Amino acid sequence: MSEAWHHFIAGDLVALLSCTLAVVTCGVLGSYLVLKRESLMGDAISHAVLPGLVVAFMISQSRAPVPMFIGAGIAAGLTVLLTMLVRRWGGVEPGAAMGVVFSVMFALGVYLIESEALRDIDLDASCVLYGQVEYLVWWDAPKDPSAYLKLATYTDTDIPPALWALGAIFVIAVAFVAAFFKELRITTFDPQMARAAGIPAWLVQGALVLLVALAVVASFQAIGSILVIAMLICPAATARMLTDRLGTQIMLAGLVAGLCAIAGYFAGAKLPTALGAEHALNIAGMITVVAGLVFGLVCFASPSHGFIARAVRQRRLAERIAIEDLLGLLYRSAEAGETFVPIQPMHAAGMPVARATKLGLVRAEASKLGLTDSGRERAEGLIRRHRLWEGYLVERAGLRPDHVHATAELLEHVDQPAAIPTQSGDLDPHGKAIPPGPETDAESP
Amino acid sequence: MNATTPQLTTSALTAHPEHSAESPLSVHALTVAYHRKPVLWDVDFDVPPASLMAIVGPNGAGKSTLIKACLGLIPAAAGEVEFWGEPLRRARSRIGYVPQRESVDWDFPVSALDVVCMGRYRKVGWLRRVSKTHKAAAMACLERVGMKELSHRQIGKLSGGQQQRVFLARALAQEAELYFMDEPFAGVDAATERAIIGVLRDLQREGKTIICVHHDLQTVGSYFDYALLLNMRVVAVGPTSQTLTQENLVKSYGGRLTLLEQAGEAIAQMGPTR
Repeated sequence: MSEAWHHFIAGDLVALLSCTLAVVTCGVLGSYLVLKRESLMGDAISHAVLPGLVVAFMISQSRAPVPMFIGAGIAAGLTVLLTMLVRRWGGVEPGAAMGVVFSVMFALGVYLIESEALRDIDLDASCVLYGQVEYLVWWDAPKDPSAYLKLATYTDTDIPPALWALGAIFVIAVAFVAAFFKELRITTFDPQMARAAGIPAWLVQGALVLLVALAVVASFQAIGSILVIAMLICPAATARMLTDRLGTQIMLAGLVAGLCAIAGYFAGAKLPTALGAEHALNIAGMITVVAGLVFGLVCFASPSHGFIARAVRQRRLAERIAIEDLLGLLYRSAEAGETFVPIQPMHAAGMPVARATKLGLVRAEASKLGLTDSGRERAEGLIRRHRLWEGYLVERAGLRPDHVHATAELLEHVDQPAAIPTQSGDLDPHGKAIPPGPETDAESP
Repeated sequence: MNATTPQLTTSALTAHPEHSAESPLSVHALTVAYHRKPVLWDVDFDVPPASLMAIVGPNGAGKSTLIKACLGLIPAAAGEVEFWGEPLRRARSRIGYVPQRESVDWDFPVSALDVVCMGRYRKVGWLRRVSKTHKAAAMACLERVGMKELSHRQIGKLSGGQQQRVFLARALAQEAELYFMDEPFAGVDAATERAIIGVLRDLQREGKTIICVHHDLQTVGSYFDYALLLNMRVVAVGPTSQTLTQENLVKSYGGRLTLLEQAGEAIAQMGPTR
């Protein structure tokens, strides 16, 4: 094995894997929090576990993972319970209830750490916030490649236990979501209906919150609570911009989270030194930045929900309406006997003459504009809808004939067959002929 | 049967109804309170089989609360609810529920078909996937409410009326015998209202019982054959034409009555619906 590879395995592999596992777990579970509009729950739990950790340390006098887990788990459960109580008794909205509970819990943790009894122990609030990815090294990773095929290599060397904890929680979380996908879907979407159908929403959602708590506790030693919070929200929110299906949403969130972790890790750990800087950057911070950038990019450029896509759709709609208005104008003037209309005023009014010509809907003849056959066909449909709406508004909605034009002018652009009024006569309220509809109209029941 | 319950005549039904195993829903002395303030007080009624029943009453009368308490979604302070003479837990699979449309987040990333499939979850069972047969059944329910073409559309991209139809289709997919519906006609277009009432009448013809919270007094008489007039207590219960009398309406709606007088008259003119 080359020196560079061994260096990577010993120095980076465990840290990279830990980050990725933690972040993907958060991404998958976070989707449900974001969809429930309870994103703050992750924030609350990740802060509120601090006093649990301190008390566990005070009792066990060690930083062994098991007592830490138990302490944090109890604190997380307490947070969820207190939040419910504050919500019920304090009569405040869920976000405020969580805010009250977790900030008090976190403050209690900070107070305990700073208090006399614990002043000189190795437990630091900033570790909880930023994590210690950089300390996750496999210092006795073997140099011989064949050693990696033996089980003993993994049991006898000093692989940081955080990796095993994160691996376990990752497997549990993915298995839980896969096994209870349908129960999670119904209890997240419509808990009342679920309960009425005898599906215990509190059990499913309680298990989910417990898993979030476990993931938070397992993660923050490695990656810190800021990254945990970011990862519970960012990848899920990113995925939501890309899909309208729950299954795809969950998988995309996991994928986005994983990619952010890998990209962020290298951008933080390797890129600065490669560019000549003296120190690497904080990896947890870098992953968070990458996740934020990805979310920003997707907000802007998502093909279905993004800003650009929306702008394009609006632009297309505006263009269609402008072209239809032009066709309507030409149709009405043809009705009045003037088949060709001077182009210049239409240009001046900003009507899309060039675009409509290109689409073959109108044609120019000696600086005048007229409808082509396909243009006439579309105009007939438009005028038909306009006059049917006028008739409807007068007959059914009871408006006066001179008050219906503006409304019909808007509604004429809606061309779904189900949204067009049925015909009751040959003339509109102003005595103008309603162009005949397509053949299928006569056949419909 | 409770031995202390005296033998009753029909006229005494509202005061102390006789509970029977025939009746899809029997509510006895139900009291519900929020923060020690009673919302429902000593509510007592029976629903005859295969009726299409409206729960009517002013805002804050406890109409939705009554439904939720029957379904065990809100704890009752006192009283009993029985379905075909049995407790809720033994009758759940025979009960369908349509919550208020506003009670869920329509931005949720699921399609209309996904939502209707939720009605099958209880039949599918834990840890199993929704099979093709269940999906086909869900699709048939969507077709019944005229929504087959929109089955794969995300629910947020449907109109309010279409969303309500999706909820109705989900209840149909539950294949229940007793349906609770919370304001199924609220904020829907005329076409949807016709579609829904058509489906409800079909269900009734199949022998099923439907209980709707309803807010439109103008249509109670023509849509429903049985009505419960509620204002924290039961004001009146029975066939619609006998229940929605002007006297009862005044009793339950109090002074706000110009419109109600018209509604009462309209119902009186319509006479018995069946």
